[in-house]
Amino acid sequence: MAVATKIVAVDGNTAVAEALRQLNPDVMPAYPITPSTGIMQSFTSFVSNGKVDTEVILVESEHSAMSAAIGASAAGGRVATATSSQGMALMWEMLHIASGYRLPILMALVNRALSAPLNIHGDHSDGMGMRDCGWIQLFSENAQEAYDNTIMAYRIAEHKDVRLPIAVNMDGFIISHSIESMQFIADDDVKKFAGEYIAMDPLLDLDHPKSIGALVLPDYYMEHKRVQHEAMLHVKKVVADVSAEFAKLFGRKYELFESYRLDDAEVVIVALNSAAGTIKDEVDRYREKGVKAGLLKPRLFRPFPYEEVGAALKNAKAVCVMDRADSFGGFGPLHMEIASALYPHRQGPVLFNKIYGLGGRDLMPADVDQVIDETIEVAKTGKVKLAKEYITVRN
Amino acid sequence: MKQKNWKELPHAGTILEAGNADTYKTGSWRTFKPRWIEENCIQCLFCWIYCPDTAVVVKDEKMTGFDYDHCKGCGVCAMECPGKKGNKAIVMEEEGK
Repeated sequence: MAVATKIVAVDGNTAVAEALRQLNPDVMPAYPITPSTGIMQSFTSFVSNGKVDTEVILVESEHSAMSAAIGASAAGGRVATATSSQGMALMWEMLHIASGYRLPILMALVNRALSAPLNIHGDHSDGMGMRDCGWIQLFSENAQEAYDNTIMAYRIAEHKDVRLPIAVNMDGFIISHSIESMQFIADDDVKKFAGEYIAMDPLLDLDHPKSIGALVLPDYYMEHKRVQHEAMLHVKKVVADVSAEFAKLFGRKYELFESYRLDDAEVVIVALNSAAGTIKDEVDRYREKGVKAGLLKPRLFRPFPYEEVGAALKNAKAVCVMDRADSFGGFGPLHMEIASALYPHRQGPVLFNKIYGLGGRDLMPADVDQVIDETIEVAKTGKVKLAKEYITVRN
Repeated sequence: MKQKNWKELPHAGTILEAGNADTYKTGSWRTFKPRWIEENCIQCLFCWIYCPDTAVVVKDEKMTGFDYDHCKGCGVCAMECPGKKGNKAIVMEEEGK
């Protein structure tokens, strides 16, 4: 390990703001929204105190924030923004343009429920709503992972084989506003790790005038989209390489997904973000009782590592996918990915889906126990009562 | 012209060559064609000002005719043309007639 790191007690927003201070982007357009507001609050104080060179642009909506991010990135700058929920929803149209223009913009997305009913608390409906926008999506269990993912984000997004925008997700309030102990990396080491940004075809290169965003009709549109698909195919390897370099330098190891006591697991839970912390505790308790329980926690959601996840789950007897978002009339979005990953292993585990935690509804250890108990039952009988059902909901 | 495959496209579809719209011929989009009647032209250059493309060819500050490779036949020039004593210097005629 190259460097000693400082142990601090901070909330998730402060951790991500600290990462952004260390990365020192050129431009940061934003329209602060709960629960991501803390990121911009901390960051603007860095600007006022001269700790970063960043130009913060406070705009009149999130649509404008993403538009300004696109303009600044196309001009040749390293750009970041932060948002949540309705804010991300209002950016949605522009998210496709950021990815179509291949601009490596970084978004800190503090996950929050979408209206209606109006709610400010954490769930993944915003993150899942940008699933098809062509952005790389990383999910983070706690403040440490959100910080580390943010430190790694530009290296992934700006890689010459990738050049795509990236969103780092963490759970609203549960992580963004809870204080945990974690480690910061020294400023110089972050600077060295992140490296200098080299823009491709920047508009501010005035000696080489150029046009971006030209109209493309049916004769070429599909070719452009095929290129975007190709860029996404390169992401897995880049994430693995950057994470390996990060582990070597800073000691914290990240994979495309986390396998927790998964090797010989027969009863497996799949879940994203903060719920994984609670589930790990309960997996430990069931292991002590002799149940072969395990957890798979995806980190890279777009592109989704289907082959690797399929291989990791194929020997389980039953898998319950827990979704903190619903695709009404369909399975939860994470469940759909796991089902796709397991399709080549049709003799593999029995699969079912639980929707939990919408609008910030707590997921308590006893709730996880209920899910594990049902998964044990499904493993025994091979039968699922309801392929998809809500938990922790009053009946 | 042979069309490029997806591996041959410039990064992000960026157009690196400035002013290359000149090589993209759009004249075939036309259904009506402007015809210049020189004896009615007072050289006011309204057609040149109003043309949304660059299809009015001006030389030495004089209207000399149309660039039919780029004129899309919108008819704005004919509409704006004041002509001479009520006789238009630009009239629109159906293509292929």
